[in-house]
Formats: sequence, structure tokens, C-alpha cells
Amino acid sequence: MVRGDGLYSGLIGDLKRYSYIKATIMEVCGTHTMAISRYGIRSLLPEGVRLISGPGCPVCVTEPGAISTAVQLAESGVTLVTFGDMMRVPSARGSLYQARAKGADVRIAYSPLDALNIAVNNKDISVCFFAVGFETTIPGISFTLKRAIEEGIDNFSMLTSLRTIPPAMEVIVKTGEAGVDGFIAPGHVSTIIGSEAYRDIAEKYGVPTVVSGFSAGDILTTVSMILDMIESNESEVRIQYEHVVKPEGNIKAMKMMYEYFNIYDIAWRGLGIIEKSGLKIKEEYSAIDALCRYDIEIEEEDEPEGCLCGDVLAGRAIPPDCSLFGGLCTPSKPVGPCMVSSEGSCAAYYKYGGDRVRYTI
Amino acid sequence: MCLAIPARVLEIDGDMALVDLNGVRVRANLAFVDGVKVGSWVLLHTGFAISVLTEEEAMETFDILNQVFGGEEK
Repeated sequence: MVRGDGLYSGLIGDLKRYSYIKATIMEVCGTHTMAISRYGIRSLLPEGVRLISGPGCPVCVTEPGAISTAVQLAESGVTLVTFGDMMRVPSARGSLYQARAKGADVRIAYSPLDALNIAVNNKDISVCFFAVGFETTIPGISFTLKRAIEEGIDNFSMLTSLRTIPPAMEVIVKTGEAGVDGFIAPGHVSTIIGSEAYRDIAEKYGVPTVVSGFSAGDILTTVSMILDMIESNESEVRIQYEHVVKPEGNIKAMKMMYEYFNIYDIAWRGLGIIEKSGLKIKEEYSAIDALCRYDIEIEEEDEPEGCLCGDVLAGRAIPPDCSLFGGLCTPSKPVGPCMVSSEGSCAAYYKYGGDRVRYTI
Repeated sequence: MCLAIPARVLEIDGDMALVDLNGVRVRANLAFVDGVKVGSWVLLHTGFAISVLTEEEAMETFDILNQVFGGEEK
């Protein structure tokens, strides 16, 4: 039960007036995935309104080949540092957690700067930071690169698998496979890139987009704002999460993002290669790029057998559609990343149920 | 993973600060935000402040995070 009984009854009542609308609304943010399941938002909406998850969990969309490469580096004697969420994601070479259990030096950092500090304080080891993330995380990663380069920390490198969200949303709209009628745009990615970044999605492709906060009230209001646009045949970008997100975003952070990275085409789990959706270290700084330093490549790798993670991330399936869900694949024994990550769609469905009524407001 | 948590600034030294993150003192980088003073609230993500909040916004954000990621509701 969400705190503040009855607080949202007005909002839920307002939503009833859209009961004649059939619409699929996609969120593209792991925290929204969790919040929607936790609050039981799906059960509060008119019957025709479906909420589905998209590629909003950075750990989940990281191509399995990049994880294999990270494991390979760790096994070769490099100290591999990454965010905690990445540790248990399986790849053809196993997970980083398994590599550590077998004796590799794999460490967890809260901040990329912590990874750099490991290198600064341990000159006798080679440290590689496995950097995954979206726009929220990339400016800090870029800042860390800047510091490493400026201070000449030559026992530090980065293996990057960094992505930007709007091109993935565009592909989802263009392929039409998920039948998305509206987007709940991510809150903290948008803090960096601003709501203007979704203008094409809304205006060129006609999909109403609202940047949302994370409370039950925020999400219900956002859904209502999207349905209102659908009803009146409008398509704009609007901000519900006004106190944190500005149309122009965080200009300083965006500038930092592109100082050390170039845009390139990168593979997303479930969505394939998306043009201009990735960021890689600029050629002039290739000495710090782990792929150059260790002369390795990220190879293409298949999904685990039977795993529907890719389809779930693309909005083509929901977790219960997967034959492994809840049986062979559970949070304690995950097959795919959507069950591993605390923000993964499968983990959220497993923990809180999907469309089942679990919480009342 | 894009989760960001409010933290209160305790000390500032150049573009680095010491902040109170839910009772824990951690270092935070302020390179991406303007006008931060001792006592300000910032939204912290992987050690970097990504925006500035009012105290009221910070408290509201804590409540939401507790609801979404806290223990099971009774």
C-alpha cells in the first residue's frame, strides 16, 4: 500500500474518463519500472491502458559481448572495476562475480572516480573501469577520463559500453513492433539531456512524451497527461518532473559528455545495432581505451537459450511471456539480465507481480 | 542505475564537496552544478551532483525512494 491512503483517489478517478482509450505507454527508465510495479500502477489504470517497459535498464541493454570482454580482461590479470549492478549479469564467459570467485581481481565502485583512485593508490596494478550507463552516468565517466588523462594516470583504462536513450526510443517508434502510443520519459536521464531531446519523438513521430518523476502521484499524473494528449490528438513533449528537469537539461554535464566521447553505432540487447546511439572514447585519447590498450574486441554473442530479455527490452514481450520466467529464471538464479538487475523488468514482475492487483491506494 | 539520491553539502573544496548522503559522509563532485553552498541539497548520482534541490524537494525525494526501494510495506 502506498503511503497516504486516498491521496491519489482524485487522480485515479480522473483517469477513469479515459476508459474508452486503448493505448500502450512505454517507460524507459529502470526506476520507473520498479516504481510502477511496486505501486501497482497497472491495476489503477483504465482497462485499455497498458504500461510496458522499454530499454531503460543500462545493465540489461549492455550487449553480452561487452560483458565477456570484461570477464576476459579480469581473467587476464587486470583489476576490473565496475558498478555493482553489472556483477551478476551472465555472458558466454560467465559473470564478473563468477570470475571473482575464481580468483580474478574484480571490484565494485559507487563512482567512476573511486575506480580512478584505486589506480592512483596502487601503481603496481593495471586498473580497468568497465563503464556502462546512459546520459545520467556518462558526464561523470567523462569527467573521470579527463582527470585520468590530465594527471597522466597510466595504469588506468576504460572499457566502455555507453548509450543514449532518444535513438533507442526512435527505433522503437519506427519499427512499430511494440505499438507505443506514448512515452514516460526518464527522470534523471532528462535532468542531463533536457526534455528538448525528445522533441522529434513527439513532433516528428507523433508520440506524446512526458518526463516523469517517481512517486505514484507523479506517474499517475504523467499517464493522465499522455492520455490527455492522445484524446485531443496532440503530440508534444511535456515535463511532469518540473523541479528537477529543464527543457535545456544540464548544459555543463552535456558539454562534458561530448568532450571525450564521439557518437557511434552500438548494439543494444534486443534492439540490435542502433545508429548514433553509443558513445566511445575519441581517437586522440585511445591510449586510455581498454580495447586499444589490450588490443581486444567486443564480439557478437547470442542471448542465453530460451531467454526473452531482448524481446522484453524492445517492448515485444512482457516477462510472463517467457517460458523461463519464475521457474528456471528467478532473481536468485537468473538466466538473463532483466532478472539480474534490481531495475530489470523481469525482476520487478517477479517481486511485485505484473497486472495483478497487489496494492490498493 | 540512473538512480539519484539527495545529499546535503557539508564542506566545499574547489569542485569537490563532503556531503551527507542519508547519514553517511561521502565525497561528491560539484563540476556540473552552479551556486552550491554549504547546506545546499544536491541530487547525487555515482558521486556527481547532477542538480540542486530545495530542502522540501529533497525530503519528498527521500520519501519516494523509501517507498520504491525500501522494505515491504506493512
